[in-house]
Amino acid sequence: MSDRHPLFKPLIFVGGLIFGFGLGFSHMARPEVVLNFLQFDDLGLLFVLFGAAVVAGIAFAVMPRIRDAAPLTGDPYERRLKSFDRNVLVGGAIFGVGWGLSGICPGAAYASLGVGNVTILWALAGMFFGAYAQGYWRSRSQERDTATTGTD
Amino acid sequence: MVSDPVLLQTVADLFPNGVGRYAVGGLLVGLGTVLIYIGTGIQAGASTFLESTLSYVSDQSRFQQYVASRDWRLVFTAGIILGGLAFAATFQSGVVTSSLYEPGTTGQLYEVAGVTLWMTDVQPWRLFLGGILVGIGTRVGKGCTSGHGICGVGSASKTSIAAVLTYLTVAIGTAQVVAALGVSP
Repeated sequence: MSDRHPLFKPLIFVGGLIFGFGLGFSHMARPEVVLNFLQFDDLGLLFVLFGAAVVAGIAFAVMPRIRDAAPLTGDPYERRLKSFDRNVLVGGAIFGVGWGLSGICPGAAYASLGVGNVTILWALAGMFFGAYAQGYWRSRSQERDTATTGTD
Repeated sequence: MVSDPVLLQTVADLFPNGVGRYAVGGLLVGLGTVLIYIGTGIQAGASTFLESTLSYVSDQSRFQQYVASRDWRLVFTAGIILGGLAFAATFQSGVVTSSLYEPGTTGQLYEVAGVTLWMTDVQPWRLFLGGILVGIGTRVGKGCTSGHGICGVGSASKTSIAAVLTYLTVAIGTAQVVAALGVSP
């Protein structure tokens, strides 16, 4: 958007840089390390998952009390609350099978490409294919629903 | 109490590579999230990038809701990739060392222009098939390890906690079954 602060994208970029560096440093960008965690051979990944959540959680709790709105967007500081429905569990289970099979999740896959893991392009291609298939199906069923209500 | 050698050994067995690199890495992943949140109020997840980027090439109605955020999501993802490369050029290449960083023994190392890069041994079919399921699952389930796992859990969102417990349990079960079937790496 054109009315955004000139530092908006640079800040997002630097945030992504630190995020990706952390995924590389922690070795979460290595599928083998994730698979070793899921097989209980090395539980170190718990420190990545919960360490990151705790650090972020502190900011999410503190910022709304200090300021009303973010400086670069003017957006209010809000909690990330997604509505709960069956899809959360169904999607979570499908994601779980994929994560357990490949050891790869989206953020770690991008960082994995950065550490030199060109083989990860297979996983990235799969992710785009899966997201497209899901979006295609959802677009279709949405149009069908609209069409049905339209004839009423 | 903590000096019990059997207990200490049991704990050490669970963390064969120590906890330094994991704790520091997790801290940095959290800090990247925090920086973006403080500046913009956005709780960024990594998986929406898939749909938002598809909106450049597909006119399916489902992807159009991400047109407004697709530019910065591209910047975020470019940052993540280059952050991984910055790690490769420093710690992975051995240019910078730290007692908190334990190098790994998995996969293959190779060099390009003086930078030590790393490649997985995990088979392409696992990555591709797993990737498809990750692509479908994160989109149906409204988030992934960063959206639900970091931002959602950090927000103490019940939806996200339910999502994390679901995918963690299923992933552990899947990885155990795949290993039991003798698939390696």
